[in-house]
Amino acid sequence: MAVFIHDTNIISPLGFSTTDNFQKILSGKSAIEMVFINDKIGSVYAGKINEDLFNDHFQSINADFKGSRIEKLLIAALSPIVEKNSLKNDSVLILSTTKGNIAALANNDLNAAFIDQLALNINSYFGFKKEPIVVSNACTSGVLALSIAKRFIEMEQCSNAYVVAVDELTSFVVSGFQSFQAMSNEPCKPYDADRTGVNLGEAAVAVFVSNEDRTESVQILGDANINDANHISGPSRTGEGLFLSIEKALNEAQIASNQIDYISAHGTATLFNDEMEAIAFNRLNLQNVPTNSLKGYFGHTLGASGLLETVITIESLKNNVLIPSFGYQQQGTTQQINIITKKESKALKTALKTASGFGGSNSAMILIKKEDHVRN
Amino acid sequence: MYAISKFINISQHVVCENGKQIFHNQEDTFAAFMKNVYKSLNISYPKFYKMDDLCKLAFIASELLLQNVTEKDIALLFSNNEASLDTDLKHQQSIQNLEDYYPSPAVFVYTLPNITIGEVSIRHQLKSESAFFVAEKYQTEYLHKYAEYLLKTNKAQKVLCGWIHFLEGNYKADFYLVEKIGILEHSKEHINDIIK
Repeated sequence: MAVFIHDTNIISPLGFSTTDNFQKILSGKSAIEMVFINDKIGSVYAGKINEDLFNDHFQSINADFKGSRIEKLLIAALSPIVEKNSLKNDSVLILSTTKGNIAALANNDLNAAFIDQLALNINSYFGFKKEPIVVSNACTSGVLALSIAKRFIEMEQCSNAYVVAVDELTSFVVSGFQSFQAMSNEPCKPYDADRTGVNLGEAAVAVFVSNEDRTESVQILGDANINDANHISGPSRTGEGLFLSIEKALNEAQIASNQIDYISAHGTATLFNDEMEAIAFNRLNLQNVPTNSLKGYFGHTLGASGLLETVITIESLKNNVLIPSFGYQQQGTTQQINIITKKESKALKTALKTASGFGGSNSAMILIKKEDHVRN
Repeated sequence: MYAISKFINISQHVVCENGKQIFHNQEDTFAAFMKNVYKSLNISYPKFYKMDDLCKLAFIASELLLQNVTEKDIALLFSNNEASLDTDLKHQQSIQNLEDYYPSPAVFVYTLPNITIGEVSIRHQLKSESAFFVAEKYQTEYLHKYAEYLLKTNKAQKVLCGWIHFLEGNYKADFYLVEKIGILEHSKEHINDIIK
């Protein structure tokens, strides 16, 4: 059974719609700036949604809602999607997040930090009849949630799914990444020789997925999520899990690696992650495929990143444009890969989206735009 | 048709295999109980002592299910209600007071529930499909269907399903292995009996 991604929406520091975000990226705008976290941490380079702008935006969605900030982000992401695609009896909400409302712990509110409760609140806000599904699989969560949506539609658990992904920029996460010494003291530079680590970010992203073939929809042709079985906080030196994920996704899609027009990679700008990806791409003969990381535009939005980057990938396919990998200047991986350095119009049909994360997780997904779906 | 080939339940200082008690401990702490179960397995895996309690529980339950299994294409579908909140609370404690601030990477790495999948994958060298789900209770309906989907579509040869609960000293693990041949039909009724 064929599964398609239809409407999409992004709430990020760059804007409150997919179009707005894509236009900002096309104009070369990045969300990364100095953001004050607290008196101990001080300020770090990160992507943070402007409170005033977001509150104004949220007023136009629901002026009376009194929930948490993260609930508002999810509602803002989902509302236009639900408006365009009315819920059916078998519609399923799939939430991707690494930390949910972890900010509640700072206020000693343990109950509010349960992710299932967050999902249930959103589920009843929109009136879903089925129980929500929550995927929490570190930085691959966003792609994995989409993979789960595709598979659950294939196995006829549902005919359509609303996949929503969110993570907030919190002192919880910033302090942890700092303790790992994984944070960059400057705007991040994925794949660059001078890269020094991650910038964190935040976003809420929603997409509608179904078995219905519509004009302008993009098909999920293959997907896989294979563990490295190597280390809980570092990627495999050989890129084994990512290699296997891409290989299996290509096999399911029944396409060869030379049919991939574009790779939206993970590219966190840590030394080890970017190196691992370059090795995996070379093992699959993907080293000449135009590749970027979108982390330079948004920072690493953790559980939202996979879905966020998939939505931008879909816009790239639909608009036939390759987006430069923000922050990249010169090759910084031992094996060569084809990092996009300038915006370029090019006929695009097939894209590969990948993600990798703590716990040795990896995900790969093949997205294809049909010829009759080309917008020019 | 698929079957459950083995199941493990851990709670209240008791370990059961296929419904029969195989280990019981009078120790009153979780740490001592886990250490004794680990010792009874006669394995040498020093990483065990570095794990947080959620991972220890997942490690022991998986060890009991997989110790004689040679197949490596085993998908892991783990789930629970509290994600990694037990370790999240420890990390939060280390950053709550800015005057007494001591975040540690050894703690922070366990603030993700899917680290349980990572630990089990490393131990058994499973380069395989996996996912961590969070829900109020075990989602028999979709996990039953998803396990069979993974087997039918050849995305895995066996599927290890596990519910792992650890929060503020309370714990419970219910794990079962799904494959072609086993001791129980892989039915929702049997799953509900195992995860009760």
